[in-house]
Amino acid sequence: MSEPHYTLYHPRWYRRRVSVWWWLQKGSYTRFVLREITSVFVAFFAVVYLWQIYTLGQGPEAYGRFLARLRTPLFLALDTVAFLFVLFHAITWFNLTPKAMVVRLRGKRVPDSVIVGANYAAWLVVSGAVAFIMLRG
Amino acid sequence: MERITPLLWLLFSAGGTVAALLFPVHLFLTGLAVPLGWVEAPRHEFLYRLVTHPVTRLYLLVLISLPLFHWAHRFRYTLYDGLQLKHLTELIAVLCYGAALVGTALAAYLLWTIA
Repeated sequence: MSEPHYTLYHPRWYRRRVSVWWWLQKGSYTRFVLREITSVFVAFFAVVYLWQIYTLGQGPEAYGRFLARLRTPLFLALDTVAFLFVLFHAITWFNLTPKAMVVRLRGKRVPDSVIVGANYAAWLVVSGAVAFIMLRG
Repeated sequence: MERITPLLWLLFSAGGTVAALLFPVHLFLTGLAVPLGWVEAPRHEFLYRLVTHPVTRLYLLVLISLPLFHWAHRFRYTLYDGLQLKHLTELIAVLCYGAALVGTALAAYLLWTIA
């Protein structure tokens, strides 16, 4: 069974209407919503990669058309925005890790800065490895 | 829904980590550096050979699928809270996780049949 969403026949209490634009009223709200919206660009890039894999399977001509499409102003603009959002996702994600995951070593809590630092170090190493592998050819 | 919530949260968190670690570099190379000519585009022959390697196929499946579930989970709550669509809870959940499932199936199919 699904959970009850609201109480039927409950007397109405006083509630202020909240505007759909509530998140523009304060910097921290705006950052929160921008962080939530990063997921759209994460999905966008997953779809671009699916498309690339498809064209790779279709052959050199299809792959060439894919490359040409990515050079159009529309895709350059989309990819620039997507890159900034994905970067924002990565930074907020790494900085939040110590809040979601408490690591203990010999009974002592590992400082937040060490966990965050390890994330950034891993990010650097992994990015370098991906670039190295993809640009060999 | 309640029973699989921990699983969905796990997928969200795993996908968020994969996207954070790997999407910036992939997106930078494929979406900006190559189209703008900062680096040479990998030739078809090279990328095809790379993508058909079993390890790469598994890598790409994870790289696409987990971040899609991350999107599904986060976007679902963005719609509830941001647009105040609480009355559409179930429909939104089905559409979001359904899209992630479809994307995963498509990735698996493409990677399975590519060679």
